[in-house]
Amino acid sequence: MTAAKIRQTVAFAILGLIAFLVVVPIVLIIAYIFKNGISAVSWEFISQNPRNGMKEGGIFPAIIGTMLLITGTMICSLPVGILSAVYLVEYAKDNLFTRLIKLSVVNLSGIPSIVYGLFGFTLFVMFFKFGTSILAGSLTLAIMSLPVIVTATKEALESVPATFREVSLSLGASKWQTTRYCVLPYAMPGILTGTVLSLSRAAGETAPILFTAAAFFLPRLPHSISDQVMALPYHLYVISTQVPNMPVEISFATAFVLIALVFLMNIVSIVLRAHYRKKKIW
Amino acid sequence: MRKRPSEFIIELCIRLSGFLVIAFVFLIFLFLLKDALSLFASHSVGSFLFGKNWLPVSDPASFGIMPLFLGSLYVTIAAIAISVPLGVGTAMFIAEVAPKSIKGVLKSLVEILAAIPSVVLGFIGIIWLGPFMRNTFHLSTGMCGLTGSLLLAFMALPTIISMSEDALVGVPRSYREAATGLGATRWQTLWRIILPAASSGIIAAVMLGIGRVIGETMVVMMVTGNAPVMPTSILQPLRTLTATIAGEMGETVRGSEHYFALFAVGLILFIITFIINIFAELCAHRNRK
Repeated sequence: MTAAKIRQTVAFAILGLIAFLVVVPIVLIIAYIFKNGISAVSWEFISQNPRNGMKEGGIFPAIIGTMLLITGTMICSLPVGILSAVYLVEYAKDNLFTRLIKLSVVNLSGIPSIVYGLFGFTLFVMFFKFGTSILAGSLTLAIMSLPVIVTATKEALESVPATFREVSLSLGASKWQTTRYCVLPYAMPGILTGTVLSLSRAAGETAPILFTAAAFFLPRLPHSISDQVMALPYHLYVISTQVPNMPVEISFATAFVLIALVFLMNIVSIVLRAHYRKKKIW
Repeated sequence: MRKRPSEFIIELCIRLSGFLVIAFVFLIFLFLLKDALSLFASHSVGSFLFGKNWLPVSDPASFGIMPLFLGSLYVTIAAIAISVPLGVGTAMFIAEVAPKSIKGVLKSLVEILAAIPSVVLGFIGIIWLGPFMRNTFHLSTGMCGLTGSLLLAFMALPTIISMSEDALVGVPRSYREAATGLGATRWQTLWRIILPAASSGIIAAVMLGIGRVIGETMVVMMVTGNAPVMPTSILQPLRTLTATIAGEMGETVRGSEHYFALFAVGLILFIITFIINIFAELCAHRNRK
């Protein structure tokens, strides 16, 4: 072997080692949570209210709270996200306004989640007087999810071949008819994948709901969208830092349920992607 | 050709949505600025930016963010020092070395890491990494800057790996072919040709990684010990800008100086991440050319 070949073998081995160093902790963390969590999870844990200062009972209200928050987030962010991506890809000319939108998307994606929390608190909780509520939390999470949805939708729209539009337009369809019937349906899989991913991220976020939606301890279901709710990530934060002598099994079980929920959503998005890729017609 | 009214309305909505995205950035900035300015009515900007004491509840209160800023800086530098070599190395391995089957496994594992909620990593920090660090470095508490940095490094990895890999894969084929044609080994091609050609994309990846680390809240609040003092070592408890807002917001009285000070901290965070993102975008743009 020449010196150059030996150097290549050594270098590739080092790169392999680095990749190994990255992968091992990921596997360990997942295995650690699953091993300790799965034994503590039971039907009662998932379906009952917390009791005795959260040290006993289940996390049912937190699960429902997180579901409600994700649903609210989806309802608020999906229309705006999809429409603004449609604007960017289908309607916009390359002018200052368009560039500003693109720049804003980049910046929204970089703003720290706690800053979204502060903003949500002043705008929704205080200024609009929604109070600490599902509504305020969902709106805050929705603005945070917006850049991911816009980016995913944009990519999905761009991947629809230009010929689709040309044929539709040449047959006399209007701009919107073309977008609605010849572009959006084919971009839908990409949009769905991106949306589910962004929602799974929203489900795991704690900082934006700290002051806008989350209740420390509320062993009942919310009555309306202006109620506070418990939420899984905030609950995990509370029981692992704020409650003394918390039985560690409950924390593990909560972490397990949260991770399981987030992974489930990720799997849904992967399955959606695979399903539609098979049906792709061009 | 005249448009039907329904079409007119939907096109109006589309334009409005585009406008909303811009409006949100401005609104966030304005609402932070509005409350932050109320602080500067009674405290000078200089004493806020360079003050060495963060004593929000003592009398007289003092709002110097230097300890918090340095806390963020220490934690970020350590996290990036760990995650850049690991992340770029892994990206190189995925892009150029790994066989297809391993590539798929690695990419899915990185996606899984990206999906883990930060509060779960914080929990792992409390229950396992913190005690481990205490025993390893013989510290009085494992809840210190380095514990946070290690977890943050892992949170920045998915961003750095996937963006660096995109940049590496995006280098034109002709570069590779020319190098191979001149007799370079795959490693020489990767190290001398592809890596430099992808450098601006990789820098963009690192910048976005830094942005994620600075903005991360839950992990640092849970594991770095929450001590708002001037940090002297990464092995000490410290406190970041983000953790200060998250930790103290619940205890403030609305409209108090303390409340305004937390918005001023939020404004600083907004400005820092804004600059980082613009810079990253410029680098990414150059890479695409």
